[in-house]
Amino acid sequence: MPEIQLPASLADVEPVRSVRTPAQLDYTFTAGDATTRFLKGITQKKIIGQQANPDSRVYVPARGADPELGAATPIEVEVAQVGTVTSFCVVNLQFYGSGMEIPYTSALIMLDGADLSIMHLIQEIPADQVRIGMRVEAVWRDDADIEPTLESIKWFRPTGEPDDVNVRIPGEIRGTGLGSWVGGVAPTELTVRNPRTGEGGTAEFGGEG
Amino acid sequence: MRDIAVISFAQTPARRSVPELNEVEMLMPAVHDALTQVDMTIDDIGFTCSGSTDYLAGTAFSFVSTLDAVGPWPPIQESHVEMDGAWALYEAWVKLQLGEIDTALVYAYAKSSPGDLPMVLTRQLDPITVGPLWADSVSLAALQARSLIDSGKATEADMAEVVARSRKDALNNPKAQLAWDRSAEDHLATDYHIAPLRKGDCPPITDGAAAIVLAAGDVARSKVKRPAWIRGIDHRVDPIHLGLRDLTVSESTRIAAEKAGVADGKVDIAELHAPFSHQELILKEAIGLGDDVAINPSGGALAANAMMTAGLIRIGEVATRISNGEADRGVAHATSGPCLQQNLVTVLEGDA
Repeated sequence: MPEIQLPASLADVEPVRSVRTPAQLDYTFTAGDATTRFLKGITQKKIIGQQANPDSRVYVPARGADPELGAATPIEVEVAQVGTVTSFCVVNLQFYGSGMEIPYTSALIMLDGADLSIMHLIQEIPADQVRIGMRVEAVWRDDADIEPTLESIKWFRPTGEPDDVNVRIPGEIRGTGLGSWVGGVAPTELTVRNPRTGEGGTAEFGGEG
Repeated sequence: MRDIAVISFAQTPARRSVPELNEVEMLMPAVHDALTQVDMTIDDIGFTCSGSTDYLAGTAFSFVSTLDAVGPWPPIQESHVEMDGAWALYEAWVKLQLGEIDTALVYAYAKSSPGDLPMVLTRQLDPITVGPLWADSVSLAALQARSLIDSGKATEADMAEVVARSRKDALNNPKAQLAWDRSAEDHLATDYHIAPLRKGDCPPITDGAAAIVLAAGDVARSKVKRPAWIRGIDHRVDPIHLGLRDLTVSESTRIAAEKAGVADGKVDIAELHAPFSHQELILKEAIGLGDDVAINPSGGALAANAMMTAGLIRIGEVATRISNGEADRGVAHATSGPCLQQNLVTVLEGDA
Protein backbone atom coordinates (compact mmCIF):
# COMPACT_ATOMS: atom_id res chain seq x y z
CA MET A 1 0.00 0.00 0.00
CA PRO A 2 1.47 3.41 -0.92
CA GLU A 3 2.23 5.88 1.89
CA ILE A 4 -0.59 8.35 2.38
CA GLN A 5 0.45 12.01 2.51
CA LEU A 6 -1.74 13.83 5.00
CA PRO A 7 -1.87 17.61 5.54
CA ALA A 8 -0.03 18.85 8.62
CA SER A 9 -3.28 19.32 10.54
CA LEU A 10 -3.93 15.58 10.29
CA ALA A 11 -0.31 14.54 10.84
CA ASP A 12 -0.98 12.61 14.05
CA VAL A 13 -4.28 11.09 12.96
CA GLU A 14 -4.33 7.40 12.23
CA PRO A 15 -4.96 6.87 8.48
CA VAL A 16 -8.15 5.14 7.42
CA ARG A 17 -7.01 1.95 5.77
CA SER A 18 -10.40 0.41 5.14
CA VAL A 19 -14.09 1.06 5.67
CA ARG A 20 -17.04 -1.25 6.08
CA THR A 21 -20.17 -0.11 4.21
CA PRO A 22 -22.79 -2.80 4.75
CA ALA A 23 -25.74 -2.75 2.38
CA GLN A 24 -29.02 -4.63 2.22
CA LEU A 25 -31.71 -4.44 -0.42
CA ASP A 26 -34.97 -6.39 -0.30
CA TYR A 27 -36.66 -7.71 -3.44
CA THR A 28 -39.98 -9.32 -4.21
CA PHE A 29 -39.10 -12.10 -6.59
CA THR A 30 -41.57 -12.90 -9.37
CA ALA A 31 -41.82 -16.56 -10.32
CA GLY A 32 -43.42 -15.72 -13.64
CA ASP A 33 -46.14 -17.47 -15.61
CA ALA A 34 -44.33 -20.72 -16.46
CA THR A 35 -42.92 -21.35 -13.00
CA THR A 36 -46.25 -20.38 -11.41
CA ARG A 37 -47.98 -23.09 -13.43
CA PHE A 38 -45.30 -25.59 -12.39
CA LEU A 39 -45.61 -24.67 -8.71
CA LYS A 40 -49.42 -24.88 -8.84
CA GLY A 41 -48.96 -28.45 -10.05
CA ILE A 42 -46.72 -29.17 -7.10
CA THR A 43 -49.52 -28.11 -4.72
CA GLN A 44 -51.56 -30.96 -6.27
CA LYS A 45 -48.58 -33.34 -5.97
CA LYS A 46 -48.17 -33.32 -9.75
CA ILE A 47 -44.92 -32.64 -11.58
CA ILE A 48 -45.88 -30.63 -14.66
CA GLY A 49 -43.43 -30.23 -17.52
CA GLN A 50 -43.91 -27.67 -20.28
CA GLN A 51 -43.05 -27.52 -23.96
CA ALA A 52 -43.24 -24.97 -26.75
CA ASN A 53 -44.77 -27.34 -29.30
CA PRO A 54 -45.69 -31.05 -29.33
CA ASP A 55 -42.30 -32.03 -30.79
CA SER A 56 -40.02 -29.86 -28.68
CA ARG A 57 -38.37 -30.62 -25.38
CA VAL A 58 -40.30 -31.05 -22.14
CA TYR A 59 -38.80 -28.79 -19.50
CA VAL A 60 -39.09 -29.51 -15.78
CA PRO A 61 -39.25 -27.02 -14.24
CA ALA A 62 -40.01 -24.57 -17.04
CA ARG A 63 -38.66 -21.06 -16.51
CA GLY A 64 -40.50 -19.20 -19.23
CA ALA A 65 -38.62 -19.83 -22.48
CA ASP A 66 -37.50 -22.89 -24.41
CA PRO A 67 -33.83 -21.94 -24.86
CA GLU A 68 -33.55 -23.96 -28.07
CA LEU A 69 -36.44 -22.21 -29.75
CA GLY A 70 -36.61 -18.90 -27.91
CA ALA A 71 -40.30 -19.52 -27.40
CA ALA A 72 -42.79 -19.66 -24.55
CA THR A 73 -43.82 -23.11 -23.29
CA PRO A 74 -47.63 -23.11 -23.10
CA ILE A 75 -48.15 -26.89 -23.44
CA GLU A 76 -48.33 -28.70 -20.10
CA VAL A 77 -47.31 -32.36 -19.79
CA GLU A 78 -47.45 -34.25 -16.52
CA VAL A 79 -44.24 -36.25 -16.16
CA ALA A 80 -43.58 -39.29 -13.99
CA GLN A 81 -42.56 -39.06 -10.35
CA VAL A 82 -39.99 -41.75 -11.11
CA GLY A 83 -36.72 -41.10 -12.87
CA THR A 84 -33.05 -41.90 -13.32
CA VAL A 85 -30.01 -40.38 -11.65
CA THR A 86 -27.88 -38.75 -14.38
CA SER A 87 -25.23 -37.39 -11.99
CA PHE A 88 -24.73 -36.81 -8.29
CA CYS A 89 -22.37 -35.49 -5.68
CA VAL A 90 -21.88 -36.38 -2.03
CA VAL A 91 -21.93 -33.34 0.25
CA ASN A 92 -19.61 -33.57 3.25
CA LEU A 93 -19.80 -29.92 4.33
CA GLN A 94 -22.41 -28.37 6.61
CA PHE A 95 -23.67 -25.26 4.84
CA TYR A 96 -25.09 -22.36 6.82
CA GLY A 97 -28.86 -22.68 7.07
CA SER A 98 -28.93 -26.32 5.99
CA GLY A 99 -30.64 -28.76 8.29
CA MET A 100 -29.29 -31.75 6.41
CA GLU A 101 -27.30 -34.43 8.17
CA ILE A 102 -23.99 -34.98 6.41
CA PRO A 103 -23.00 -36.75 4.33
CA TYR A 104 -25.96 -36.39 1.98
CA THR A 105 -26.37 -36.70 -1.78
CA SER A 106 -27.47 -34.07 -4.29
CA ALA A 107 -28.39 -35.52 -7.64
CA LEU A 108 -29.58 -34.63 -11.10
CA ILE A 109 -32.67 -36.72 -11.78
CA MET A 110 -34.20 -37.18 -15.24
CA LEU A 111 -37.88 -37.86 -14.61
CA ASP A 112 -39.51 -40.23 -17.10
CA GLY A 113 -41.09 -38.06 -19.78
CA ALA A 114 -38.87 -35.03 -19.14
CA ASP A 115 -35.98 -33.67 -21.24
CA LEU A 116 -34.35 -31.74 -18.45
CA SER A 117 -33.16 -33.18 -15.15
CA ILE A 118 -34.11 -31.60 -11.87
CA MET A 119 -31.75 -31.29 -8.93
CA HIS A 120 -32.87 -32.88 -5.70
CA LEU A 121 -31.73 -34.94 -2.71
CA ILE A 122 -31.31 -38.71 -2.60
CA GLN A 123 -32.14 -40.33 0.74
CA GLU A 124 -33.04 -43.73 2.21
CA ILE A 125 -29.79 -45.18 0.81
CA PRO A 126 -26.21 -44.76 2.07
CA ALA A 127 -24.46 -41.97 0.16
CA ASP A 128 -21.73 -44.29 -1.08
CA GLN A 129 -24.26 -46.51 -2.83
CA VAL A 130 -25.80 -43.78 -5.02
CA ARG A 131 -24.85 -44.26 -8.68
CA ILE A 132 -25.58 -42.94 -12.17
CA GLY A 133 -28.39 -44.93 -13.73
CA MET A 134 -30.10 -45.64 -10.41
CA ARG A 135 -33.91 -45.47 -10.55
CA VAL A 136 -35.49 -43.22 -7.92
CA GLU A 137 -38.94 -41.95 -6.94
CA ALA A 138 -40.26 -38.81 -5.28
CA VAL A 139 -41.10 -38.82 -1.58
CA TRP A 140 -43.62 -36.08 -0.76
CA ARG A 141 -44.19 -34.25 2.48
CA ASP A 142 -47.41 -34.99 4.37
CA ASP A 143 -50.43 -33.58 2.50
CA ALA A 144 -50.98 -30.87 5.11
CA ASP A 145 -47.47 -29.52 4.47
CA ILE A 146 -47.62 -29.33 0.66
CA GLU A 147 -46.71 -25.82 -0.54
CA PRO A 148 -45.86 -24.27 -3.92
CA THR A 149 -42.17 -25.18 -3.62
CA LEU A 150 -40.02 -28.04 -4.86
CA GLU A 151 -39.27 -28.67 -1.19
CA SER A 152 -42.73 -30.24 -1.02
CA ILE A 153 -40.84 -33.23 -2.40
CA LYS A 154 -38.69 -34.14 0.60
CA TRP A 155 -36.24 -36.20 -1.42
CA PHE A 156 -36.00 -39.07 -3.88
CA ARG A 157 -35.37 -42.67 -2.86
CA PRO A 158 -34.42 -45.83 -4.79
CA THR A 159 -37.30 -47.71 -6.39
CA GLY A 160 -35.41 -51.01 -6.38
CA GLU A 161 -35.80 -51.37 -10.16
CA PRO A 162 -32.73 -52.45 -12.16
CA ASP A 163 -30.47 -49.54 -13.14
CA ASP A 164 -31.12 -47.86 -16.47
CA VAL A 165 -27.86 -48.65 -18.25
CA ASN A 166 -28.92 -46.49 -21.19
CA VAL A 167 -29.28 -43.43 -19.02
CA ARG A 168 -29.18 -40.35 -21.17
CA ILE A 169 -27.76 -37.06 -20.22
CA PRO A 170 -30.12 -34.14 -20.83
CA GLY A 171 -29.91 -33.03 -24.42
CA GLU A 172 -28.34 -36.14 -25.85
CA ILE A 173 -31.26 -37.26 -27.95
CA ARG A 174 -31.60 -34.01 -29.82
CA GLY A 175 -27.91 -33.45 -29.77
CA THR A 176 -27.37 -30.55 -27.42
CA GLY A 177 -25.58 -32.47 -24.69
CA LEU A 178 -22.36 -34.32 -24.27
CA GLY A 179 -23.61 -37.80 -25.05
CA SER A 180 -23.79 -40.72 -22.67
CA TRP A 181 -21.11 -41.29 -20.13
CA VAL A 182 -21.94 -44.76 -18.85
CA GLY A 183 -19.75 -47.30 -17.15
CA GLY A 184 -16.82 -44.93 -17.14
CA VAL A 185 -16.73 -44.77 -20.95
CA ALA A 186 -16.51 -41.29 -22.40
CA PRO A 187 -18.71 -40.24 -25.31
CA THR A 188 -16.94 -40.21 -28.66
CA GLU A 189 -19.47 -38.36 -30.72
CA LEU A 190 -21.15 -35.03 -30.25
CA THR A 191 -24.26 -34.11 -32.15
CA VAL A 192 -24.84 -30.45 -32.91
CA ARG A 193 -28.17 -29.88 -34.53
CA ASN A 194 -30.13 -26.69 -35.00
CA PRO A 195 -33.55 -27.41 -33.46
CA ARG A 196 -35.24 -24.75 -35.59
CA THR A 197 -33.87 -25.68 -39.02
CA GLY A 198 -32.80 -29.31 -38.53
CA GLU A 199 -29.37 -28.46 -39.93
CA GLY A 200 -26.29 -30.02 -38.45
CA GLY A 201 -25.00 -33.50 -37.71
CA THR A 202 -22.47 -35.38 -35.67
CA ALA A 203 -18.93 -34.38 -34.94
CA GLU A 204 -15.96 -36.01 -33.27
CA PHE A 205 -16.03 -35.29 -29.56
CA GLY A 206 -12.71 -33.83 -28.55
CA GLY A 207 -12.61 -35.73 -25.28
CA GLU A 208 -10.76 -32.99 -23.40
CA GLY A 209 -13.23 -30.30 -24.43
CA MET B 1 -16.98 3.56 -41.95
CA ARG B 2 -19.40 0.81 -42.86
CA ASP B 3 -23.06 1.79 -43.35
CA ILE B 4 -25.02 0.36 -40.43
CA ALA B 5 -28.75 0.94 -39.96
CA VAL B 6 -31.50 0.31 -37.47
CA ILE B 7 -33.96 -1.82 -39.46
CA SER B 8 -36.48 -2.73 -36.78
CA PHE B 9 -37.54 -1.67 -33.32
CA ALA B 10 -40.00 -3.13 -30.84
CA GLN B 11 -40.92 -2.39 -27.26
CA THR B 12 -43.33 -3.78 -24.71
CA PRO B 13 -45.96 -1.51 -23.16
CA ALA B 14 -44.39 0.41 -20.27
CA ARG B 15 -46.05 -0.54 -16.99
CA ARG B 16 -45.45 0.30 -13.35
CA SER B 17 -45.27 -3.38 -12.58
CA VAL B 18 -45.51 -6.62 -14.54
CA PRO B 19 -46.04 -9.03 -11.64
CA GLU B 20 -47.40 -11.91 -13.71
CA LEU B 21 -44.25 -12.39 -15.79
CA ASN B 22 -40.58 -12.93 -15.04
CA GLU B 23 -37.90 -11.09 -17.01
CA VAL B 24 -37.53 -13.55 -19.88
CA GLU B 25 -41.30 -13.77 -20.31
CA MET B 26 -41.58 -9.97 -20.38
CA LEU B 27 -38.70 -9.65 -22.85
CA MET B 28 -39.67 -12.35 -25.35
CA PRO B 29 -42.46 -10.44 -27.16
CA ALA B 30 -40.10 -7.52 -27.86
CA VAL B 31 -37.40 -9.81 -29.29
CA HIS B 32 -39.91 -11.77 -31.37
CA ASP B 33 -41.54 -8.57 -32.65
CA ALA B 34 -38.24 -6.98 -33.69
CA LEU B 35 -37.16 -10.11 -35.59
CA THR B 36 -40.58 -10.76 -37.16
CA GLN B 37 -40.86 -7.21 -38.52
CA VAL B 38 -37.89 -7.92 -40.81
CA ASP B 39 -38.74 -11.59 -41.40
CA MET B 40 -35.71 -12.86 -39.50
CA THR B 41 -34.94 -15.53 -36.90
CA ILE B 42 -31.99 -15.83 -34.58
CA ASP B 43 -30.34 -17.91 -37.32
CA ASP B 44 -30.12 -14.75 -39.44
CA ILE B 45 -28.40 -12.77 -36.68
CA GLY B 46 -24.59 -12.48 -36.55
CA PHE B 47 -24.23 -11.03 -33.07
CA THR B 48 -26.52 -10.55 -30.10
CA CYS B 49 -25.89 -7.97 -27.39
CA SER B 50 -28.05 -7.04 -24.41
CA GLY B 51 -28.23 -4.48 -21.62
CA SER B 52 -29.62 -5.09 -18.13
CA THR B 53 -28.50 -5.11 -14.52
CA ASP B 54 -28.55 -7.69 -11.75
CA TYR B 55 -29.20 -4.95 -9.18
CA LEU B 56 -32.76 -4.53 -10.45
CA ALA B 57 -33.52 -8.24 -10.63
CA GLY B 58 -31.78 -8.94 -7.32
CA THR B 59 -30.28 -12.03 -8.95
CA ALA B 60 -26.70 -12.79 -9.92
CA PHE B 61 -26.06 -13.34 -13.66
CA SER B 62 -29.74 -12.65 -14.33
CA PHE B 63 -29.03 -11.91 -18.00
CA VAL B 64 -28.05 -15.55 -18.60
CA SER B 65 -31.61 -16.81 -18.15
CA THR B 66 -33.11 -14.01 -20.24
CA LEU B 67 -30.85 -15.01 -23.13
CA ASP B 68 -33.20 -17.98 -23.48
CA ALA B 69 -35.58 -15.51 -25.16
CA VAL B 70 -33.55 -15.61 -28.38
CA GLY B 71 -33.00 -19.39 -28.59
CA PRO B 72 -29.21 -19.37 -28.31
CA TRP B 73 -28.60 -22.85 -29.73
CA PRO B 74 -26.39 -23.86 -31.55
CA PRO B 75 -24.12 -21.47 -29.61
CA ILE B 76 -24.34 -17.87 -30.78
CA GLN B 77 -21.97 -14.92 -30.67
CA GLU B 78 -23.27 -12.98 -27.74
CA SER B 79 -22.34 -10.26 -25.28
CA HIS B 80 -23.93 -8.30 -22.45
CA VAL B 81 -23.38 -4.90 -20.90
CA GLU B 82 -24.36 -3.99 -17.36
CA MET B 83 -25.61 -0.73 -18.84
CA ASP B 84 -28.47 0.69 -20.84
CA GLY B 85 -29.13 -1.18 -24.08
CA ALA B 86 -27.91 1.89 -26.00
CA TRP B 87 -24.40 0.86 -24.99
CA ALA B 88 -25.15 -2.70 -26.10
CA LEU B 89 -26.12 -1.19 -29.45
CA TYR B 90 -22.78 0.64 -29.49
CA GLU B 91 -20.93 -2.63 -28.94
CA ALA B 92 -22.93 -4.27 -31.74
CA TRP B 93 -22.18 -1.30 -34.02
CA VAL B 94 -18.45 -1.70 -33.34
CA LYS B 95 -18.71 -5.43 -34.05
CA LEU B 96 -20.51 -4.71 -37.34
CA GLN B 97 -17.80 -2.21 -38.27
CA LEU B 98 -15.26 -5.04 -38.14
CA GLY B 99 -16.99 -6.45 -41.21
CA GLU B 100 -17.27 -10.10 -40.14
CA ILE B 101 -21.04 -10.01 -39.74
CA ASP B 102 -23.93 -8.15 -41.36
CA THR B 103 -26.65 -8.28 -38.71
CA ALA B 104 -27.03 -7.81 -34.97
CA LEU B 105 -29.81 -8.11 -32.43
CA VAL B 106 -29.77 -5.71 -29.49
CA TYR B 107 -32.17 -5.90 -26.60
CA ALA B 108 -32.63 -4.45 -23.14
CA TYR B 109 -35.05 -4.94 -20.31
CA ALA B 110 -35.67 -4.12 -16.70
CA LYS B 111 -38.13 -4.88 -14.02
CA SER B 112 -37.70 -2.14 -11.47
CA SER B 113 -40.74 -3.25 -9.51
CA PRO B 114 -39.10 -6.07 -7.45
CA GLY B 115 -37.01 -3.59 -5.41
CA ASP B 116 -37.06 -0.02 -4.11
CA LEU B 117 -35.65 1.69 -7.21
CA PRO B 118 -34.27 4.95 -5.74
CA MET B 119 -32.49 2.87 -3.08
CA VAL B 120 -31.25 0.28 -5.59
CA LEU B 121 -29.73 3.09 -7.67
CA THR B 122 -27.62 4.23 -4.71
CA ARG B 123 -25.46 1.18 -5.40
CA GLN B 124 -24.07 2.84 -8.54
CA LEU B 125 -22.55 5.66 -6.48
CA ASP B 126 -18.94 5.86 -5.31
CA PRO B 127 -18.92 3.05 -2.74
CA ILE B 128 -16.55 4.74 -0.22
CA THR B 129 -17.92 8.23 0.33
CA VAL B 130 -21.36 8.60 -1.31
CA GLY B 131 -22.87 5.12 -1.46
CA PRO B 132 -22.90 4.74 2.35
CA LEU B 133 -25.05 7.89 2.55
CA TRP B 134 -27.75 6.10 0.51
CA ALA B 135 -28.27 9.27 -1.50
CA ASP B 136 -31.28 8.29 -3.59
CA SER B 137 -31.58 9.04 -7.30
CA VAL B 138 -34.43 11.54 -6.97
CA SER B 139 -32.63 13.56 -4.29
CA LEU B 140 -29.50 13.72 -6.42
CA ALA B 141 -31.54 14.89 -9.40
CA ALA B 142 -33.07 17.54 -7.14
CA LEU B 143 -29.57 18.76 -6.23
CA GLN B 144 -28.88 19.14 -9.91
CA ALA B 145 -32.17 20.94 -10.56
CA ARG B 146 -31.44 23.32 -7.69
CA SER B 147 -28.01 24.09 -9.15
CA LEU B 148 -29.54 24.76 -12.54
CA ILE B 149 -32.21 27.11 -11.17
CA ASP B 150 -29.71 28.90 -8.94
CA SER B 151 -27.36 29.45 -11.90
CA GLY B 152 -30.13 31.39 -13.65
CA LYS B 153 -30.02 29.09 -16.69
CA ALA B 154 -33.56 27.78 -16.16
CA THR B 155 -36.64 28.29 -14.03
CA GLU B 156 -39.25 26.00 -12.55
CA ALA B 157 -41.58 27.36 -15.23
CA ASP B 158 -39.16 26.16 -17.94
CA MET B 159 -39.18 22.72 -16.34
CA ALA B 160 -42.98 22.80 -16.17
CA GLU B 161 -43.16 23.37 -19.93
CA VAL B 162 -41.06 20.24 -20.48
CA VAL B 163 -43.38 18.28 -18.18
CA ALA B 164 -46.58 19.47 -19.86
CA ARG B 165 -45.31 18.95 -23.41
CA SER B 166 -43.83 15.48 -22.73
CA ARG B 167 -46.93 14.02 -21.10
CA LYS B 168 -49.13 15.52 -23.80
CA ASP B 169 -46.97 14.08 -26.60
CA ALA B 170 -47.15 10.74 -24.80
CA LEU B 171 -50.88 10.65 -25.56
CA ASN B 172 -49.83 9.66 -29.09
CA ASN B 173 -47.52 6.90 -27.81
CA PRO B 174 -49.52 3.70 -27.16
CA LYS B 175 -46.57 2.23 -25.20
CA ALA B 176 -46.37 5.17 -22.78
CA GLN B 177 -47.02 4.79 -19.08
CA LEU B 178 -47.82 8.40 -18.10
CA ALA B 179 -49.75 10.50 -20.60
CA TRP B 180 -52.13 13.39 -20.04
CA ASP B 181 -53.00 16.89 -21.16
CA ARG B 182 -52.37 19.21 -18.22
CA SER B 183 -50.96 22.71 -18.45
CA ALA B 184 -47.63 23.86 -17.05
CA GLU B 185 -49.59 26.06 -14.64
CA ASP B 186 -51.44 23.03 -13.31
CA HIS B 187 -48.12 21.30 -12.77
CA LEU B 188 -46.66 24.30 -10.93
CA ALA B 189 -49.70 24.29 -8.65
CA THR B 190 -48.79 20.84 -7.33
CA ASP B 191 -46.69 20.31 -4.20
CA TYR B 192 -42.99 19.72 -4.19
CA HIS B 193 -41.93 16.08 -4.03
CA ILE B 194 -38.25 16.60 -3.31
CA ALA B 195 -37.81 20.33 -3.87
CA PRO B 196 -37.36 21.82 -6.35
CA LEU B 197 -38.77 18.73 -8.08
CA ARG B 198 -42.48 18.05 -8.17
CA LYS B 199 -43.71 14.54 -8.82
CA GLY B 200 -44.45 15.53 -12.40
CA ASP B 201 -40.79 16.46 -12.92
CA CYS B 202 -39.80 12.87 -12.15
CA PRO B 203 -39.98 9.80 -14.38
CA PRO B 204 -42.30 6.89 -13.66
CA ILE B 205 -40.91 3.63 -12.33
CA THR B 206 -41.29 1.22 -15.22
CA ASP B 207 -41.07 -2.47 -16.09
CA GLY B 208 -40.40 -2.97 -19.78
CA ALA B 209 -38.24 -4.27 -22.58
CA ALA B 210 -37.14 -3.27 -26.07
CA ALA B 211 -35.26 -4.75 -29.01
CA ILE B 212 -33.58 -3.45 -32.15
CA VAL B 213 -32.16 -5.19 -35.21
CA LEU B 214 -29.12 -3.63 -36.89
CA ALA B 215 -27.99 -4.48 -40.40
CA ALA B 216 -25.18 -3.39 -42.69
CA GLY B 217 -25.40 -1.96 -46.21
CA ASP B 218 -27.27 -4.08 -48.72
CA VAL B 219 -28.74 -6.37 -46.07
CA ALA B 220 -30.42 -3.33 -44.53
CA ARG B 221 -31.62 -2.11 -47.93
CA SER B 222 -33.06 -5.55 -48.76
CA LYS B 223 -35.05 -5.68 -45.52
CA VAL B 224 -36.63 -2.22 -45.27
CA LYS B 225 -37.52 0.56 -47.67
CA ARG B 226 -35.84 3.28 -45.69
CA PRO B 227 -33.15 2.13 -43.26
CA ALA B 228 -32.26 4.55 -40.46
CA TRP B 229 -28.51 4.82 -40.99
CA ILE B 230 -26.27 5.43 -37.99
CA ARG B 231 -24.16 8.35 -39.20
CA GLY B 232 -22.40 8.94 -35.92
CA ILE B 233 -22.29 7.42 -32.44
CA ASP B 234 -20.15 8.32 -29.46
CA HIS B 235 -20.25 8.01 -25.69
CA ARG B 236 -18.45 9.81 -22.89
CA VAL B 237 -18.43 9.78 -19.11
CA ASP B 238 -18.20 12.50 -16.46
CA PRO B 239 -16.29 11.98 -13.18
CA ILE B 240 -17.97 9.74 -10.61
CA HIS B 241 -17.56 12.37 -7.87
CA LEU B 242 -20.55 14.67 -8.12
CA GLY B 243 -18.53 17.45 -6.48
CA LEU B 244 -16.05 17.41 -9.36
CA ARG B 245 -18.76 18.29 -11.87
CA ASP B 246 -20.66 21.41 -12.78
CA LEU B 247 -24.09 19.80 -12.55
CA THR B 248 -25.69 22.55 -14.63
CA VAL B 249 -23.95 21.40 -17.80
CA SER B 250 -23.27 18.01 -19.36
CA GLU B 251 -19.75 18.13 -20.74
CA SER B 252 -19.74 14.44 -21.65
CA THR B 253 -22.91 14.90 -23.71
CA ARG B 254 -21.44 17.95 -25.43
CA ILE B 255 -18.31 16.06 -26.50
CA ALA B 256 -20.29 12.97 -27.55
CA ALA B 257 -22.60 15.14 -29.68
CA GLU B 258 -19.64 16.85 -31.30
CA LYS B 259 -17.90 13.53 -32.08
CA ALA B 260 -21.13 12.01 -33.39
CA GLY B 261 -21.46 14.91 -35.81
CA VAL B 262 -24.78 16.35 -34.67
CA ALA B 263 -23.88 19.77 -36.14
CA ASP B 264 -23.07 18.34 -39.58
CA GLY B 265 -26.66 18.72 -40.77
CA LYS B 266 -30.16 19.82 -39.94
CA VAL B 267 -31.78 17.98 -37.03
CA ASP B 268 -35.51 17.27 -37.42
CA ILE B 269 -36.16 15.38 -34.20
CA ALA B 270 -34.30 14.50 -31.03
CA GLU B 271 -35.15 11.86 -28.49
CA LEU B 272 -33.35 12.79 -25.29
CA HIS B 273 -33.06 10.39 -22.37
CA ALA B 274 -33.85 12.96 -19.70
CA PRO B 275 -35.50 11.16 -16.78
CA PHE B 276 -36.03 14.47 -14.94
CA SER B 277 -37.53 17.55 -16.58
CA HIS B 278 -34.57 19.88 -15.92
CA GLN B 279 -32.21 17.37 -17.56
CA GLU B 280 -33.84 17.94 -20.95
CA LEU B 281 -32.88 21.61 -20.68
CA ILE B 282 -29.27 20.69 -19.86
CA LEU B 283 -29.10 18.17 -22.71
CA LYS B 284 -30.67 20.50 -25.27
CA GLU B 285 -27.96 23.02 -24.49
CA ALA B 286 -25.15 20.44 -24.48
CA ILE B 287 -26.14 18.91 -27.82
CA GLY B 288 -26.77 22.32 -29.35
CA LEU B 289 -30.36 21.76 -30.44
CA GLY B 290 -32.32 24.73 -31.74
CA ASP B 291 -35.94 25.56 -30.95
CA ASP B 292 -36.98 24.17 -34.35
CA VAL B 293 -36.09 20.61 -33.29
CA ALA B 294 -39.00 18.43 -32.16
CA ILE B 295 -37.81 17.06 -28.84
CA ASN B 296 -39.17 13.78 -27.48
CA PRO B 297 -42.24 13.33 -29.70
CA SER B 298 -42.68 9.95 -27.93
CA GLY B 299 -43.01 11.68 -24.56
CA GLY B 300 -39.48 10.65 -23.59
CA ALA B 301 -38.39 9.24 -20.27
CA LEU B 302 -41.01 11.31 -18.43
CA ALA B 303 -43.63 9.09 -20.11
CA ALA B 304 -41.86 5.75 -19.63
CA ASN B 305 -38.50 5.04 -18.06
CA ALA B 306 -37.63 1.36 -17.97
CA MET B 307 -34.12 1.29 -16.55
CA MET B 308 -31.39 0.02 -18.91
CA THR B 309 -33.96 0.24 -21.71
CA ALA B 310 -35.13 3.86 -22.05
CA GLY B 311 -31.87 4.87 -23.78
CA LEU B 312 -32.19 2.13 -26.39
CA ILE B 313 -35.83 3.14 -26.88
CA ARG B 314 -34.70 6.68 -27.75
CA ILE B 315 -32.68 5.25 -30.66
CA GLY B 316 -35.64 3.12 -31.71
CA GLU B 317 -38.05 6.06 -31.58
CA VAL B 318 -35.83 8.19 -33.82
CA ALA B 319 -35.17 5.30 -36.22
CA THR B 320 -38.89 4.55 -36.54
CA ARG B 321 -39.66 8.17 -37.48
CA ILE B 322 -36.89 8.17 -40.08
CA SER B 323 -37.98 4.87 -41.59
CA ASN B 324 -41.61 5.96 -41.85
CA GLY B 325 -40.66 9.28 -43.42
CA GLU B 326 -41.68 11.59 -40.57
CA ALA B 327 -38.09 12.80 -40.26
CA ASP B 328 -34.92 12.77 -42.34
CA ARG B 329 -32.28 13.23 -39.67
CA GLY B 330 -32.47 12.84 -35.93
CA VAL B 331 -30.49 12.63 -32.71
CA ALA B 332 -30.94 9.98 -30.04
CA HIS B 333 -29.38 10.38 -26.61
CA ALA B 334 -29.02 7.87 -23.80
CA THR B 335 -27.86 8.40 -20.25
CA SER B 336 -26.81 6.29 -17.32
CA GLY B 337 -25.76 6.96 -13.75
CA PRO B 338 -26.69 9.82 -11.41
CA CYS B 339 -27.26 13.33 -12.75
CA LEU B 340 -26.44 12.48 -16.39
CA GLN B 341 -23.09 10.89 -15.56
CA GLN B 342 -22.60 8.84 -18.74
CA ASN B 343 -23.98 9.89 -22.09
CA LEU B 344 -24.26 8.40 -25.54
CA VAL B 345 -25.29 10.31 -28.65
CA THR B 346 -26.37 8.73 -31.94
CA VAL B 347 -27.09 10.54 -35.19
CA LEU B 348 -29.50 8.73 -37.51
CA GLU B 349 -30.39 9.60 -41.08
CA GLY B 350 -32.57 8.31 -43.89
CA ASP B 351 -31.68 8.24 -47.58
CA ALA B 352 -32.92 11.26 -49.49
